[in-house]
Amino acid sequence: MSIQETLKKRILVIDGAMGTMIQRHKLTEADYRGTRFANWPSDLKGNNDLLCITQPAIITGIHLQYLEAGADIIETNTFSSTSIAMADYDMQSLAYELNVAAAKCVKEAINQYKSKHPNTTEKYIAGSIGPLNKTLSLSPDVNNPGFRAVTFDEVVVAYTEQIRGLVDGGVDVILIETIFDTLNAKAAIFAVKEFFRKEGKPELPMMISGTITDASGRTLSGQTLEAFYTSIEHAKPLSVGLNCALGAQEMRSHIEELSQIATCYTSAYPNAGLPNAMGEYDEEPHQTAHFIEEWAKNKFVNIVGGCCGTTPDHIKHMADNVKNITPRALPILDPTI
Amino acid sequence: MSEEILHIKPYLRLAGLEPLVIRPETNFVNVGERTNVTGSKKFARLIKENKYEEALSVARSQVESGAQIIDVNMDDALLEGVTAMTTFLNLIQSEPDIAKIPIMIDSSKFEIIEAGLKCVQGKCIVNSISMKEGEAKFIEQAHICKAFGAAVIVMAFDEKGQADTKDRKIEICSRAYKILVDQVGFDPQDIIFDPNIFAVATGIEEHNNYAVDFIEATRVIKEKMPLAKVSGGVSNVSFSFRGNDAVREAIHAVFLFHAVKAGMDMGIVNAGQLEVYDEIEPTLRNLCEDVILNRNNDNNEATEALIQYADTVKAKGKVEVKSAAWREGTVEERLAHSLINGITDFIDADTEEARLQYSEPLEVIEGPLMAGMNQVGDLFGSGKMFLPQVVKSARVMKKSVAVLTPYIEAEKERKKLASINPNGASKGPAKILLATVKGDVHDIGKNIVGVVLGCNGYEIIDLGVMVPADKILAEAQKHDVDIIGLSGLITPSLDEMVHIAKEMKRKGMTMPLMIGGATTSRMHTAVKIAPEYGEGVIHVLDASRSVTVAGSLLNKDQKASFLLELEKSYAGLKSDFDNKKTTKQSLSYEDALKNKAIIDWENFKVVAPSFTGNKAIEINDLSLLIDYIDWKPFFIAWELHGNFPAILTDSVVGEVATKLYADAQKLLKQIVEEKWLTAKGAIGFWPASSHNDDVMVENGKEKIALHFLRQQAKKTVGQPNYSLADFICPATENKKDFIGAFAVTIHGIEKYIKQFEENLDDYNKIILQALADRLAEAFAEYLHAKTRKEYWGYAADETLNNESLISEQYVGIRPAPGYPACPDHTEKYTLFNLLDAEKNTGISLTESLAMYPASSVCGWYFANPQSQYFGLGKISQDQVLDYTKRKNKPLEYITRWLQPVID
Repeated sequence: MSIQETLKKRILVIDGAMGTMIQRHKLTEADYRGTRFANWPSDLKGNNDLLCITQPAIITGIHLQYLEAGADIIETNTFSSTSIAMADYDMQSLAYELNVAAAKCVKEAINQYKSKHPNTTEKYIAGSIGPLNKTLSLSPDVNNPGFRAVTFDEVVVAYTEQIRGLVDGGVDVILIETIFDTLNAKAAIFAVKEFFRKEGKPELPMMISGTITDASGRTLSGQTLEAFYTSIEHAKPLSVGLNCALGAQEMRSHIEELSQIATCYTSAYPNAGLPNAMGEYDEEPHQTAHFIEEWAKNKFVNIVGGCCGTTPDHIKHMADNVKNITPRALPILDPTI
Repeated sequence: MSEEILHIKPYLRLAGLEPLVIRPETNFVNVGERTNVTGSKKFARLIKENKYEEALSVARSQVESGAQIIDVNMDDALLEGVTAMTTFLNLIQSEPDIAKIPIMIDSSKFEIIEAGLKCVQGKCIVNSISMKEGEAKFIEQAHICKAFGAAVIVMAFDEKGQADTKDRKIEICSRAYKILVDQVGFDPQDIIFDPNIFAVATGIEEHNNYAVDFIEATRVIKEKMPLAKVSGGVSNVSFSFRGNDAVREAIHAVFLFHAVKAGMDMGIVNAGQLEVYDEIEPTLRNLCEDVILNRNNDNNEATEALIQYADTVKAKGKVEVKSAAWREGTVEERLAHSLINGITDFIDADTEEARLQYSEPLEVIEGPLMAGMNQVGDLFGSGKMFLPQVVKSARVMKKSVAVLTPYIEAEKERKKLASINPNGASKGPAKILLATVKGDVHDIGKNIVGVVLGCNGYEIIDLGVMVPADKILAEAQKHDVDIIGLSGLITPSLDEMVHIAKEMKRKGMTMPLMIGGATTSRMHTAVKIAPEYGEGVIHVLDASRSVTVAGSLLNKDQKASFLLELEKSYAGLKSDFDNKKTTKQSLSYEDALKNKAIIDWENFKVVAPSFTGNKAIEINDLSLLIDYIDWKPFFIAWELHGNFPAILTDSVVGEVATKLYADAQKLLKQIVEEKWLTAKGAIGFWPASSHNDDVMVENGKEKIALHFLRQQAKKTVGQPNYSLADFICPATENKKDFIGAFAVTIHGIEKYIKQFEENLDDYNKIILQALADRLAEAFAEYLHAKTRKEYWGYAADETLNNESLISEQYVGIRPAPGYPACPDHTEKYTLFNLLDAEKNTGISLTESLAMYPASSVCGWYFANPQSQYFGLGKISQDQVLDYTKRKNKPLEYITRWLQPVID
């Protein structure tokens, strides 16, 4: 069943944090390198996306835990798998390969899950596209506010390569997430549209998820939520939503507003609360799930899940709590003013 | 839970940082037109001169005047449109008060539109695309706009041309709509038509129905395609009344009244200049209606009538109000009029009259004079008066106070004798202490700040120039001042300000500290000064801001929140600064040296100067220098920004600038004719050769090393890392090259400054100071020209006018120690030694290496045709260490002097 059809019937659950789960493995520099990159000149510890190549079993294992917890949508571990973000490790040339490998890890996890649970519902792979470490609307040089560390065209090229890898790896949905700067997201949308138009393939559905960074209610690049939505609406996305930066408590009013203006489905995957003084997230699974359940009952959301600090346990609680709630219906678009 | 399903309407939705939804009740959307190089001369000039900061203020004022969208257009043959559009739009993104509204990217070149779309995160409008070059191109461009998520303006233009009649307009718009919706998949609400507004009342009969055609076409388009929008460039309609803004505004208001009723949704207008339909004078409104609606106009009668009327409006505007009329008002009104208009003619008599009316002389100051000055302050604050006018107002105020002072003193004396209420005297007005810091001699800006603050009722204690820290602090305590203001123009003054801040903290002082002057910045204040003193350190950009800053600091209710806001923004700046450090890309000094400027020494022909060694040059007839004066900085000193002579006819400040220029010319004439001032200078030339970044100079038998610094920022391929030493032939080339130097100054200003001060005439005092600066610069320009043609003679055939001189079109350069190409002020010691400058010119160097008299200029001469000005930028520690070795000075000494350029 296509994801569009499933969304009409029920609330879908997207998986939780990848970084939090990787940390549990306490991997060393040598683990990150594996044999292939044993002699790579720069440090690789912390390059989580690289694990899809060097430790695929660990990544597949994490995906599997989320599937067991009840997630319907699994994100590829490709948040930073672009030539621009990989430049931090001198791994620009690996961008395409990382995306293919990451999609394979999810596929493998789904296959394993299906062989254990032959009667399962449909599972979907979302190709994750992160915000990049360089922004198109902000200058890194305070003395030169007109300066940009990267150009729109360069961002489109990097995202296009990532999209090609994700599509070749077999993802079902393109997920543009954790959007700090709407112009970066617009470049990603542009890249998606152009990629499929030039390849002559039908466009994969897009999920778009922005990030409200603080109590100002704005994105890092300064837009209000409605301005953000208006600026990406041309993507005609499958869903639009919010993730990261905020816990569910702080995100509530924003997701409520979004549910009132979005003509498409809505998604929300908050952090497990706000980090404590040590930078750790300590909201309990049932707490997060309780917020999410209330949103679902109020028809704010169609897709729910977790971001930083959430675990398979959080996802399990959410999946259980929203299972029987009717999803938000798509708004009716009036033909006239 | 309610099961009601949400409905969403197909409104046109746009976004900057904030959304703009165009609903039926939105009525009419103003699109600001002034950020358009084809429509605004001022904006075009700012962009051409690369003054993007000021260009942003044009955008800002459009937003402030109510523009809901701003139109940005960079279509000018002399501009690189893609670069200009990119630069301007990127800059707008860092100005939230502008970026909050959506942007209309306006160009006839699609590549410029695309470049613009790549800079803006919000949902824009593209202005415009059309079927001018056929359907295929139209469809392609529409696809691109759609991929960027922009709404589009479609001009009623097809292969056959631009639509002028109602039927053609409707036909083209309908055809474009079908293509966009059916073939491209455009949302109908994202389509905006521009059915072409053309000028009416041109005298050509075929044009008379243009407004009606637009209005009627709009009505039909909106009926047939209700989700689409209609827009247009409104100013076009009144084009034949150029120069008569009163009539143009009336025409616009009448046109919009009818077009909006017919369904026009938005228009490109001067947002600050929209007249209200009901407020138009009825006769004029009727005439405009006839012209717009083409009534009673079979033989151009309506046009004729409006033209006739327009002439009277125009003439009326120019009739000067009978100058004596204001003399009939009350004494308070007359005083206010004199203050606002800077008239001193009647001030003594009016003040005396007021004194007799009021029971105490002090009441005249506290009553009518302060009321008048408050009006001046308000007008200045709202941009309706300019600095030269304010300074004149202050002069009137001082004269009036001078009349009253003897009576006030006598009154005090009388009260003292009667010993009435000996302790009851209030503290009086807030006191502000101003000083130019130790080692710095520049005080024009500080004087202006003093005058402006004085106008706003503060008591100013001005300690003058070169004031040591302990004196500033002692005076501040003695007078119990409320604010200290420090000024400085040269870079070493920045360190002195840091020192003063530390001293204030050590002494436990509590008054806030204001920082100003050409070399100061918000960033430096935030990063270096503010952390040293916790009672408030505020950078003040110019004289006009000083009033609001002082006001906020002295208002008990506002002070805490003002300082808190400031602290936050400074903390932000500081953290940006700290973070930035790590990301800046720079080369090692060794690599920078390898990337030196490549000069073709093989084919370089050395021209020997007419003499070597130094020579004194004195000019008694200053008329020689007048042609060399660059007037632009003169106006900048008065906070009037713009090019000379264009500024004299500028629509906003032209009148003030013209008056100021006339006053300056008058004083200049007097200075020249009565020989108030003398120009003393010295020049010299010496054989020289370069060794990396040192230049070895042969001064007779003595060998002296000049030390230069090299750019270390990482450059794009093919761009060298410059050092001035690159422009002198290396010793290894075996060619005898030369370097030159000069120092000039203007003597004799003090006596006249004193006279003006005694006459309470700040206005002429500041003009004189500014003129002395201009004359020193002119003298430097004059000597440089003589050097090129004669003394050195390497460009003997040069013929350049003043404009070309100002734009530095000559061969060779004359960089000054302490300025961007060679920022080390201490090299002035070497320069002064080589020139015997103290003896030859009478200039002395302060401990901060400022030159006294203040109107002085010095520098090196480089003759190489490839030599050019550049900014050093930041240098790294490796170069600092190398420089320390070369100069043979302690690291601490070098670090102190190079502080501003060390990364």
